Amino acid sequence: MISAQAYGENGKMKEYHYTGPVEHKFSPYAFNGGTVLAVAGEDFAIVASDTRLSEGYSIHSRDSPKCYKLTDTTVLGCSGFHGDCLTLTKIIDARLKMYKHSNNKTMTSGAIAAMLSTILYGRRFFPYYVYNIIGGLDEEGRGAVYSFDPVGSYQRDTYKAGGSASAMLQPLLDNQIGFKNMENVEEVPLTLEKAVQLVKDVFISAAERDVYTGDALKICIITKEGIREEIVPLRKD
Amino acid sequence: MPEDSTHLSGGGIHGEAFSTRLPGRGGLSPLEFYMPIAEYLTESPINFGQTSLRSAPTNLLNIDHLHPSLPSISLPPPTPFPISPSVPLPFTLSHGTTTLGFAFQGGVIAAADTRSSCSGLVACPASPKVLPIHSHLVGTTSGTSADCALWKRILARELRLYQLRHRRRLSTGGAAKLLSHMLHPFKGTELCVAATLCGWDGDDEKDEEPITDKYGNISTNQVTSSGSNNQSTSTAAAASQPLISFTTQQVVESRSRICGPRVIYVCSDGLRLKGELFSVGSGSPYAYSILDSSVYWGMSVQEATAVAREAVFRATYRDAYSGNNVDLYHVTAKGWRRRERENLKEEYYREKERERKRVAERKAEKNKEKFNV
Repeated sequence: MISAQAYGENGKMKEYHYTGPVEHKFSPYAFNGGTVLAVAGEDFAIVASDTRLSEGYSIHSRDSPKCYKLTDTTVLGCSGFHGDCLTLTKIIDARLKMYKHSNNKTMTSGAIAAMLSTILYGRRFFPYYVYNIIGGLDEEGRGAVYSFDPVGSYQRDTYKAGGSASAMLQPLLDNQIGFKNMENVEEVPLTLEKAVQLVKDVFISAAERDVYTGDALKICIITKEGIREEIVPLRKD
Repeated sequence: MPEDSTHLSGGGIHGEAFSTRLPGRGGLSPLEFYMPIAEYLTESPINFGQTSLRSAPTNLLNIDHLHPSLPSISLPPPTPFPISPSVPLPFTLSHGTTTLGFAFQGGVIAAADTRSSCSGLVACPASPKVLPIHSHLVGTTSGTSADCALWKRILARELRLYQLRHRRRLSTGGAAKLLSHMLHPFKGTELCVAATLCGWDGDDEKDEEPITDKYGNISTNQVTSSGSNNQSTSTAAAASQPLISFTTQQVVESRSRICGPRVIYVCSDGLRLKGELFSVGSGSPYAYSILDSSVYWGMSVQEATAVAREAVFRATYRDAYSGNNVDLYHVTAKGWRRRERENLKEEYYREKERERKRVAERKAEKNKEKFNV
């Protein structure tokens, strides 16, 4: 909707015409788009992300997935500023190795989540511009999803969407997985097939309405057998 | 570390070994105080990403050159490191809430809503804002959720270490002081923590009678209770049965000075206030109106929980940044107990139903009057 606020005094649109002296400052951040989603089930977890890397009006790459495999039972999805995503995953990989060498066992999902929280808070005054979601299996084999904000506040959820289309996907997940805001609903537990189908549908919808989401969808399915990957094409425009 | 514990048990705020411990620092100034935190931070430095520390106006600060990026707790103001030339953040952090805590004869009630909002978007509709710190202390959090979560964790760690070293729990006042001093170096930065620490102080759980009359019988018991400590009064109470009412008041009088419910507000600006009733957050004005009219010392536990719940409900009704559910914790001498998280959606529907009934009643009465007249 075009409102009167978008126009300056000379009748020209403020965003596209010079309105007065402007100070430009170097910003160390950039927004590279992308959406990540994670769902936890009874004995599985799904982490899915689109594979488009964009900046402003350009697309840098159509094949840049945002899921990173951490251990055999944990996958991290990060969206936001790609530079910080890369550095963060490098740091996490190094810390995982250190833990493995000093404690002789792999880190559990809960431990990785707690560690990521302190890593992120370690940069409280110059944060990593990354929206993280960890999906994996906890010690008892149940699905676990941990969602983070850029400075390290986290909690365990059943499902979470993060990234550019998160505001569109989260209400849909609330309704379909959380059975919220509905009356007289029978709450059936989520099966793996239904969850995968839901994730595909949800991303197709996101690609329709969000310019930063599209190209392809990569789904990582984590079960006790291991991690399985699926790639589904999305809109390329 | 063994040398740390001997240091602490040596006591004294200005232990003479202090200046030798931290190299690069001159003599003791009156504003420096001994904080064990500095040692922990030396061992496991928490770098908070402060930028351009070296380009800081060094004539203002006493920089510890061995550990330039540590938040040095024991420096006097101005800020130990310059406020980072705010790297403009492309995102906002979660804010907005309603939390409250008050003390009454049956303990302390801490309640909060559960909405975590991020400039217009609800980042999380079920975030826990009342965090238990140890068995007898809970803290409500308001401000940036990451800051609150982390500082609560740090506080819990420090309190646990204190408990292990000194074989007693730190009092709520002590915990509040500790938190306030830990946050002090970050004054002026964008750290935002406003916590209400609600706890029960006291070392004997065997005296479980509620403090019924906090201010009663001061004149008669002043002489006897001022000199007595907990131990003697409790044995006196146990020994003399017929005088139980008299000695209970003695116990009450001395106990309420040392132990009992405590509510203390700590904020990252450096404020630390002891009181009986606090409400923090964007919805606090609405909560205060309910609390100020209904809270009194002698209320029962059911009354107190009902008032707390109602206060949060009214605040969520009017404040856009508060909502979803209510979390309620009740702290007594036995520890904290968590009440079931309640979804306020049902409450709205009940409220609407009541309103509808009232309107229908009024209409019926008006019609009756019309016919009678």
